[in-house]
Amino acid sequence: MKILLPALSPTMETGNLVKWLVKEGDSVVSGDILAEIETDKATMELESPDDGKVEKILVKEGTENISVNTEIALLKVDGEEIEEIPEKPIAKSPQVSSNASEPLSSEVNISMNSLLNQTKENSGGKNWSEKEISMREALNQAIEEEMILDEDVFLLGEEVAEYDGAYKVTQGLLDKFGSKRVLDTPISEHGFTGLAIGAAMAGLKPICEFMTFNFSMQAIDQIVNSAAKSLYMSGGEINVPIVFRGPNGAAARVGAQHSQCFISWFSHIPGLIVIAPSNARDAKGLLKSSIRNPNPVVFLEHELLYKEKTKVPEENDFLIPIGKGNLIKEGKDVTIIGFSMTVQRILNALPSIEKLGISPDIIDLRSIKPLDEELIYNSVKKTNRVVIVEDGFGNTSFGSHLSYLIQSNCFDFLDSEIIKVSGKDVPMPYAENLEKLALPNTDEIVSAVKKVSYIN
Amino acid sequence: MNKKNKNNFTNDQLLKFYEKMFLIRKFEEKAAQLYGAGKIGGFCHLYIGQEAVVTGILSSINSEDTVITAYRDHGHILARGVDPKLVMAELTGRKDGISKGKGGSMHMFSKANRFYGGHGIVGAQVPLGVGIGFAHKYRNEKKISRVYLGDGAMSNGQVFEAFNLASLWELPVLFIIENNKYGMGTSIGRSAAGGELYERATVFGIKGEKVDGMNFFNVSESAIRGREYIEKNSKPYIIEMDTYRFRGHSMSDPGLYRTKDEVNKMKEIDPVLMMKETLLNDYNIQEDMIKDIESDIKKQIKDVEKFSLESPLPDLKELYTEVYL
Repeated sequence: MKILLPALSPTMETGNLVKWLVKEGDSVVSGDILAEIETDKATMELESPDDGKVEKILVKEGTENISVNTEIALLKVDGEEIEEIPEKPIAKSPQVSSNASEPLSSEVNISMNSLLNQTKENSGGKNWSEKEISMREALNQAIEEEMILDEDVFLLGEEVAEYDGAYKVTQGLLDKFGSKRVLDTPISEHGFTGLAIGAAMAGLKPICEFMTFNFSMQAIDQIVNSAAKSLYMSGGEINVPIVFRGPNGAAARVGAQHSQCFISWFSHIPGLIVIAPSNARDAKGLLKSSIRNPNPVVFLEHELLYKEKTKVPEENDFLIPIGKGNLIKEGKDVTIIGFSMTVQRILNALPSIEKLGISPDIIDLRSIKPLDEELIYNSVKKTNRVVIVEDGFGNTSFGSHLSYLIQSNCFDFLDSEIIKVSGKDVPMPYAENLEKLALPNTDEIVSAVKKVSYIN
Repeated sequence: MNKKNKNNFTNDQLLKFYEKMFLIRKFEEKAAQLYGAGKIGGFCHLYIGQEAVVTGILSSINSEDTVITAYRDHGHILARGVDPKLVMAELTGRKDGISKGKGGSMHMFSKANRFYGGHGIVGAQVPLGVGIGFAHKYRNEKKISRVYLGDGAMSNGQVFEAFNLASLWELPVLFIIENNKYGMGTSIGRSAAGGELYERATVFGIKGEKVDGMNFFNVSESAIRGREYIEKNSKPYIIEMDTYRFRGHSMSDPGLYRTKDEVNKMKEIDPVLMMKETLLNDYNIQEDMIKDIESDIKKQIKDVEKFSLESPLPDLKELYTEVYL
């Protein structure tokens, strides 16, 4: 029987073989632990699927980036013949992917990193000491640095402490700061969100993690009515310096109740700041700025971006200002606007767009509220054409508002209708093909660009 | 001569508490009048009938303790020592209101007086108050977060989440249920199953009691017990106040859900009158002293009214300020 590297989470594509707990020749029974596998989220134990003898170990411990479904060992099960399998080098197989969504930037021609390198840094122009790390690590660094700098910053949420974070973003923070400042909560969003807001009213600076923003709906009243409105209602007396953060939007095959983009919901509310970074560098700089901000900030991450790497400054004074978008690619023919995961979707479509002889401005909004209107309008006045890409439902969406803003501020500059490529107005389906269809895809983005450019 | 009371308040202290109760009563009567005259808009929830609760609790408060409550908050912010002029000017929606006219009756705050509102969503103030208690503990402050809630909030889910968190994390919180028997127009019997309301917190390991909330002295004694328990055990405590509101839920409440007889019967144990009688009969306080206090308050209320009506409306530019800091 072949033992394959299993997919141990919805987003796992590769894993690391940390340790074998058996050796060749060992007898095992079903359920015995064979090995420790490190996934994108945690270190998990691999159990024996049957009774038998470990015939051959095919992948040495310590091997990293093994694709899901790679054969890692052979188990001789009673009454089963073993076929000889020659040892072969382990490499990431490009065709195997458990991820139903589009390939990410690292797998297409244009990487986020190369674009960020070309972009003028708008956070001081300093020569930073940089290291390539994932968004997950970048967020972790941001939290750690701010917790070191300010005693009033603390972190709470479900599984953020002893479990090391459901998505490993808060890994190691409990050990560094102790249980006074890194708190596991009960599954009690309405209660702990209210508690965190109350603590912020009394002067602390909580980072309130939602395991996913879908669960923030349990606490939407506290976010909208208590956090967002108190400064205004109190005539400036009570501010609420809090960050609500966690993954937002559709991950991979987790169904309707766990796959929704809430950008349109939160950006509707006066008093909330809304951030949606697309890469590790922005995530770190913006999360640090958010923690230091005296207002309530809704910081929307994306699970599929957690593992994506870019160069990130290591200095603790690296900040990206809230309210500044990023022109990640400069062109002349059309302005394509995205944020969070949709920036990746736009980059996936870029080769096809360029093949048409179209050179786009690509804007990564980064901040949804406040919005970098100047950057958007300057680009639109140059290109005269606009495509907006958003993952959220199209009906009464943020993209709708953005297209309103553009037409009212750049009316005389537009040579075409504005096209919005949104998520479809359906609850997220589970089936791989339907999920893919529900989200904005390359073809839709390319078609939109063609349409605003009057190309058939 | 000073009759022995368990809290050993001096006559001067007792007169101060009476003054506060009388101030709240007269303030609210004036608010009702101004509402009737169209000078106060929107919702206006009066505290008349419940004065012994906030005053009795006040008698146990260390000056640094914090307070948070729901929307029936006029009495609470006055008890916390905020200038009645600023409170009434908020009710009339004027520039000099405590929230600059942008909050209204239900949304008043004062950090200096450690009063954290003034919240309009039933139950929402309870997790918030637990969070304020969290901040006290986090900073090793010897403060107690005092969290008021009504009988209506006691059937609201987040309140139980807050009880669980307060007990689990051993936070210095005194929960005070003001059970005035009606959540808007629905009587407690039609909204809450099971036994006493405070017992719903005891399942989370929170100790508590129920007391006569119409009697200042009973309230005060229980509040001091609560404070001592929290200080000694570093755990939350809950007190259910048996009280009653003499006016409607808000000014626009026709009150068809209860009989006039019931209201009149409760008025026989009017907390302000009872306090006055106790001071006269049991503490040998001279009637003149009480009369002086009352006439001072009445004069003060006239000034409060004048101030609240003369203060200008907020500048129009205020519309866009204080959305963000």
